[in-house]
Amino acid sequence: MAGLPHYRPDPQGTHPPLRSPAYASTALRAPLRPPVDLAQRLTEVTGPVLGAERVGPLDHDLTRQRDVAPQGQRIVVQGRVLDGDGRPVPDTLIEVWQANAGGRYRHASDQWASPLDPGFDGLGRTTTDSQGRYRFVTIRPGAYPWRNHHNAWRPAHIHFSLFGRAFTQRLVTQMYFPGDPLLAHDPILGSVPEGARHLLVSRFDLERTEPEWALAFAFDIVLRGRDATPFEDEDDE
Amino acid sequence: MTGRPSTPSQTVGPYLAIGLVWDDGPDVVADGTPGAIWLRGRVLDGAGDVVPDALVETWQADPDGRFDHPDDPRGPVVREGFRGFGRCPTDSTGAWAVRTLKPGRVPDGQGGLQAPHVDVSVFARGLTQRVVSRLYFGDEQEANAEDPVLAALADDERRATLVAAPSPDGYRFDIVLQGDHETVFFAV
Repeated sequence: MAGLPHYRPDPQGTHPPLRSPAYASTALRAPLRPPVDLAQRLTEVTGPVLGAERVGPLDHDLTRQRDVAPQGQRIVVQGRVLDGDGRPVPDTLIEVWQANAGGRYRHASDQWASPLDPGFDGLGRTTTDSQGRYRFVTIRPGAYPWRNHHNAWRPAHIHFSLFGRAFTQRLVTQMYFPGDPLLAHDPILGSVPEGARHLLVSRFDLERTEPEWALAFAFDIVLRGRDATPFEDEDDE
Repeated sequence: MTGRPSTPSQTVGPYLAIGLVWDDGPDVVADGTPGAIWLRGRVLDGAGDVVPDALVETWQADPDGRFDHPDDPRGPVVREGFRGFGRCPTDSTGAWAVRTLKPGRVPDGQGGLQAPHVDVSVFARGLTQRVVSRLYFGDEQEANAEDPVLAALADDERRATLVAAPSPDGYRFDIVLQGDHETVFFAV
């Protein structure tokens, strides 16, 4: 079939290996066998086209979803979603979730001794615009302890989920904050090959910081790029 | 053109339910849709224990083998009430379920047809990136026998991990993340 796009594989050194011993939960969950190469066919180069219909008017503003305002430092998180060739990914759904300012998640399994915030759920959704831009308003999440190893603390982070244009581009990741001393001690960020870790750390953005209102952080997300020339199968001359 | 490096993947962590669970996530088609089937299964770890904090996502063609997507060279086809995409978190017993329609056969790009299949992603705490598999249908022996993806696998035992068994209301597909009966996972 002529004209199917082909998404380039990410080179070694991009993503964390499934088996990452310092992150203890990988021990019984990471597959032991190497993955089998799957040629990209129609099911892989298509994907759900999810957009504005899944997003409510206040879903991008995590500080305005309850009757009271949340505790903590209000921030703007914004950036662009691009593919590996720098092309914007427009009209694509972004889902985020995070802990509150004290590092507590609104989740039954989170027993961290820091209070829930009646002003904060920690869930956001938006779509990129025609230029691939997105913007959330939220509060800076807190650090919190976990049981991976003695005295383990997660650095402040926001979870991001993206669909892109195709099944091959699906990505779930985490955004971190610049200058956080916990970054150097976190086995989850540390599972990423060293040369790529900086791609997950947002940049303080004074230009977009809103006077008397909110600090801004910039976080661009890059999804896999497509080959520049259309892919053609050999028998499709 | 110099490519930009992709943003690295990170685990969904233990609290994915805050961000990734939709009330209608399992409804690729709504309740009462003629021909609807349930794809059900469990997610298991390397110790044989259930994984109660995973998310399973599915993506598939419609019963005619078509996609509502601009990159399908045959043209996008909108099938009313059919989303193609499903997502379901696992519960305390490791179980997930998606209500859908059985997909049709999709061209393989080389003049033939693939067997009906559903692409599956699994996310969980302890998975630093998603793992990708494919669900095939146990009552499609003829189509499965000529499917290029199944044919490329090493042996019947490995192939069997991708074939969902017919059940009273659809098909059953357990996903074993690790171990002797590990599901075949793909690099796409």
